[in-house]
Amino acid sequence: MILSEIADNLSLEIKTEGVDLGREVTGGYVSDLISDVIGNAHEGFIWVTFQVHLNIVAAASLKNLAGIILVRNRIPDEETLKRASEEKIPIMVTPLPAFEVVGRLYDLGLRCQ
Amino acid sequence: MISNTEGTFFLTGKDFVNAGKASSRLKKVLENLGLPPGIIRRASIAAFEAEMNTSIYAVAGIMHYYITPETIRVEIKDMGPGIEDIALALTEGYSTAPDYIREMGFGSGMGLPNIKKNTDSLTITSAVGEGTTLDFVINLTGTSEGAEHDTERNC
Repeated sequence: MILSEIADNLSLEIKTEGVDLGREVTGGYVSDLISDVIGNAHEGFIWVTFQVHLNIVAAASLKNLAGIILVRNRIPDEETLKRASEEKIPIMVTPLPAFEVVGRLYDLGLRCQ
Repeated sequence: MISNTEGTFFLTGKDFVNAGKASSRLKKVLENLGLPPGIIRRASIAAFEAEMNTSIYAVAGIMHYYITPETIRVEIKDMGPGIEDIALALTEGYSTAPDYIREMGFGSGMGLPNIKKNTDSLTITSAVGEGTTLDFVINLTGTSEGAEHDTERNC
């Protein structure tokens, strides 16, 4: 499943410009701990989190993740969005809480494996 | 063949806007050398975690990298509080980070274990009240490039 299909399905608001929404998403991970994501998420995963500071971009870039979903309408720092555009990491926002987002991603067939 | 390459980045403590920039620049150096993606990923993760530790705990630090055809060697030396019990610090889940650091998603006690997992050797020397030096090596020959030591997928 590609990123834009997920974005459409969950009505995600895309906050970064010039990023690749045609990328294949290989799985998902949910965590608010940066080192947990670095240690356990895998390339091509979508990451669901409450964190908004710019090191989420560094973590996503290190693991070559497909994108980041911010839950509960969390507003990313300006610096975060700037860095995300530079590093080509899509950041998307939803009013839904993490539990709901992950449930819907699971329904769409995404797994953490 | 990779020619010997070395360089130094200066790290500032408690600066979470610039934290991560040194490891990001190191990643670019490795990419420019044309190293395999798995090697670059492992080295970048280890450097990032070490850089974040300097940001969280220390006043300042230095990251020095030295790349030869055989190894990537990175030394991160900080002026920080030092680590009292290194074995304990290497235990997954153990952290002394203050609450405001944890609120940013750091201080989960997974940084040093992540460094260990992604490197072929890790040496930590520390003196309480003086600082900590991390020295890690990633082999460029004789290993499968992207293999983390812990190959089990944890999710």
